[in-house]
Amino acid sequence: MADQISNSPARAAESGKGYWAANVRLIIGCLIVWALVSFGFGILLRPLLSGIPVGGADLGFWFAQQGSIIVFLCLIFFYAWRMNKLDRDYGVDEE
Amino acid sequence: MDQYTLNLLVVGATFALYIGIAVWARAGSTSEFYAAGRGVHPVTNGMATAADWMSAASFISMAGLIAFGGYGASSFLMGWTGGYVLLALLLAPYLRKFGKFTVPEFIGDRFYSPTARLVAVICLIVASVTYVIGQMTGVGVAFSRFLEVSNSTGLFIGAGVVFLYAVLGGMKGITYTQVAQYCVLITAYTIPAIFISLQLTGNPIPGLGLFSTHAASGEPLLGRLNEVVQELGFGAYTEQDGTPSSVINMTLFTFSLMIGTAGLPHVIIRFFTVPRVADARWSAGWALVFIALLYLTAPAVGAMARLNLVDTIYPNGTTEQPLAYADRPEWISNWEVTGLLSFEDKNGDGLIQWYNDGDEAFAATAAERGWQGSELTVNRDILVLANPEIAGLPGWVIALVAAGGLAAALSTAAGLLLAISSAVSHDLIKGQLNPNISEKGELLAARIAMAVAIAVATYLGLNPPGFAAQTVALAFGLAAASIFPALMMGIFMKRINNKGAVAGMLAGLIFTLVYIFLHKGWFFIPGTASFPDTIQGSLFGIQSTAIGSVGAILNFAVAYFVSNATEDTPEEIKALVESVRIPRGAGAAAADH
Repeated sequence: MADQISNSPARAAESGKGYWAANVRLIIGCLIVWALVSFGFGILLRPLLSGIPVGGADLGFWFAQQGSIIVFLCLIFFYAWRMNKLDRDYGVDEE
Repeated sequence: MDQYTLNLLVVGATFALYIGIAVWARAGSTSEFYAAGRGVHPVTNGMATAADWMSAASFISMAGLIAFGGYGASSFLMGWTGGYVLLALLLAPYLRKFGKFTVPEFIGDRFYSPTARLVAVICLIVASVTYVIGQMTGVGVAFSRFLEVSNSTGLFIGAGVVFLYAVLGGMKGITYTQVAQYCVLITAYTIPAIFISLQLTGNPIPGLGLFSTHAASGEPLLGRLNEVVQELGFGAYTEQDGTPSSVINMTLFTFSLMIGTAGLPHVIIRFFTVPRVADARWSAGWALVFIALLYLTAPAVGAMARLNLVDTIYPNGTTEQPLAYADRPEWISNWEVTGLLSFEDKNGDGLIQWYNDGDEAFAATAAERGWQGSELTVNRDILVLANPEIAGLPGWVIALVAAGGLAAALSTAAGLLLAISSAVSHDLIKGQLNPNISEKGELLAARIAMAVAIAVATYLGLNPPGFAAQTVALAFGLAAASIFPALMMGIFMKRINNKGAVAGMLAGLIFTLVYIFLHKGWFFIPGTASFPDTIQGSLFGIQSTAIGSVGAILNFAVAYFVSNATEDTPEEIKALVESVRIPRGAGAAAADH
C-alpha cells in the first residue's frame, strides 16, 4: 500500500503517457481510413475502381458522393466510443 | 389560398417560433451568453451545430453546384463533411477541456503570446465577416422572391429577426433557436427530394434513388443523365477531365475545405457548450449525422434536378426540337421575373435551345439544326428553390422551402455574429484593452458588438462588395492556413513555442492572401491580377481556391523550424498541454510533474 502511494505520481505519468500514445495510435488509424475513402477511393484511386459498376456510375463516384460521408460518420462514432472506453481504462474520465 | 399568403403564413410562423425561443432562453451571464452555460445535450448541440454550419450555400447553392458540376463538385461534399472527422479527433475534445470561451483565447494562452491572440482575432473577424455578407445577401434574395418585397426590405426584416434572438439570447438562445431552424430546414430540403426521387425512380430515399433505375427510360438514372447531357454537348456527368493537374486541384481543394471547416471559429465554439469532454466527441458525431441527412440527399437533388431540367426543355428527347417558349411551364415565367433565369431567342424560332455552345465537337450538330447559341441562362442557385415547382409539388411545400432557405441563412448568420461579438468583447476588450471589466460590462460590450456587427453586415448586404462570392474561398483559405494548424500544433506538439506559432500563422496567412490576390487582383480590384485565374496560369498548377492547403502545410513547416531554432516551451505551458490532453480535471494532469 505504502509502496503504491509513493509510486503513484510516477505511475500516473506512466499511465498518462500510455493513454496519450494509445490515443495518437487510434487517431492515426482513423485518419488513414479517412484519407483512403475520400482522397483515395473518391479521387486518386478512382481509375482503379472504375471496373466496379454502381448504378450507372462506378464505385469511385459512389465514394465521392455518398460513401465517404457514411464512412466519416462511422469513424467519428467509433473514435468517440473507443476514446471514452480508453478514458475509463486509464482512469482519466470525468466522474 | 394563394401561394403568397401561404408563404407569408409559414415563414411568419417559423419566425414567431425563433423569437419565442429566444425570449424563453434569455442569457443572464457571460457563461450563458458565450457557451450556453455548458449545459447543452450532445444531440441537441449536434443539431444546433448542423444548423449553424449549413448556410444558405449548403441549402441553396450546393445542389446547383453539383447539378452543373457533376462528379467534379464532389469536393464540396467530401470537404464540408470530412472536416468534422478532423474536428472530432483533433480539436473538439481538447478545446472543450481547455474550458475557455473563444478560439483566440486558446491560441493566446497556449502560445503565451498576446500577438498570437491578436493574429487569431484578425483571422476570425476577416473569415466571419466575409462569410456573413454572403448570408445576408442570401436572406435578401430569398425574401424578395417569396414575400414579394424589395431586396432591401427583405434584408431589413432578416436583420431585425437575427438582432432580436442573437442579441437577447446569446449562445443559449441561439442554440435552441438553431435546433428549431434545423428541423425546419431539413424538412424543407428532404420532402421535395423524396417526392422527386419517387417520381423518377420509385425509390423514396433520394441517396439510393440516385443509384437506381430511371423509371421512364429503364436505364440507370446516372447512365441516362450522362447520355442526355452528352447529347447536348456537355461533359459526362459522372466524369471529370482526367488531367493530372485537375486531379491534384480537386485533392487540394477538398483538403482545403476540410481543414477550413475544422478551423472555422463559429463551428469550433459550439463544442464549448456541452457539459463534458466525452460529450464533445459524441456531439461532433451527432453534428455530422444531422449534416449528412442533407449532404447525402444533395447529390440526388442535383442529379435529378438536372435531368428534370433537360426533360422539361426537351420533352421529346434531346435529339428532337426543344420546347416552344410560348408553352413554357409556369415556374420558368416565375423565375424570369427575378432575372435569375433568362431566355434570349437568338435564332428567332420561338423554341428554347439549351446546349453547350462552347463545345466544338457539338458545333456542327447545332449548326445543322439551325441553332445559333444557347438561349437559356439558368442561375445555379435557383435549382433547390425552384425544384418543388419543377416537380409540380403542392403550394405548402414551396412555402416550406422558402422557410427552410431563410432558416439556413439566418442560423449561420447568427452563429457567425456570435463568434464575431465574442472575439471583440472577450478577446479585444477584456483580453487586451480593459482586463478589469465587470461581467455585466462585458455582457453589454458583447451585445453592443453584436448590434454593430449586424448593422455592418446589413450595410454590406445592401451594398455587397463585388468580390463577395470570391471571399468565401478566402474565408476558408484563411481558416485553413492560419487557425487550424495553430490549434492542432497547440494540442499535439508541445515543442511549438510562441515564436514558432506566430511565425507559422503569419507565414500561412500572408502566403495564402498574396497567392489569392496575385490571381484574383489585389484586394479583388479588377485588373490588378498578375496571373490568370486558371489551372494553366497558376504556379505549380494549383488554383487559388485550393491554395489554403499549401498555406497550411507552410504554416506547419515554419512553426516547426522556428520553434526548434529557438528556446524550449516553458514548463507551465507543457503542463497546460498535458492537462488539455486528459479529460479529467486539472488534478490528474498535475500528477505528471
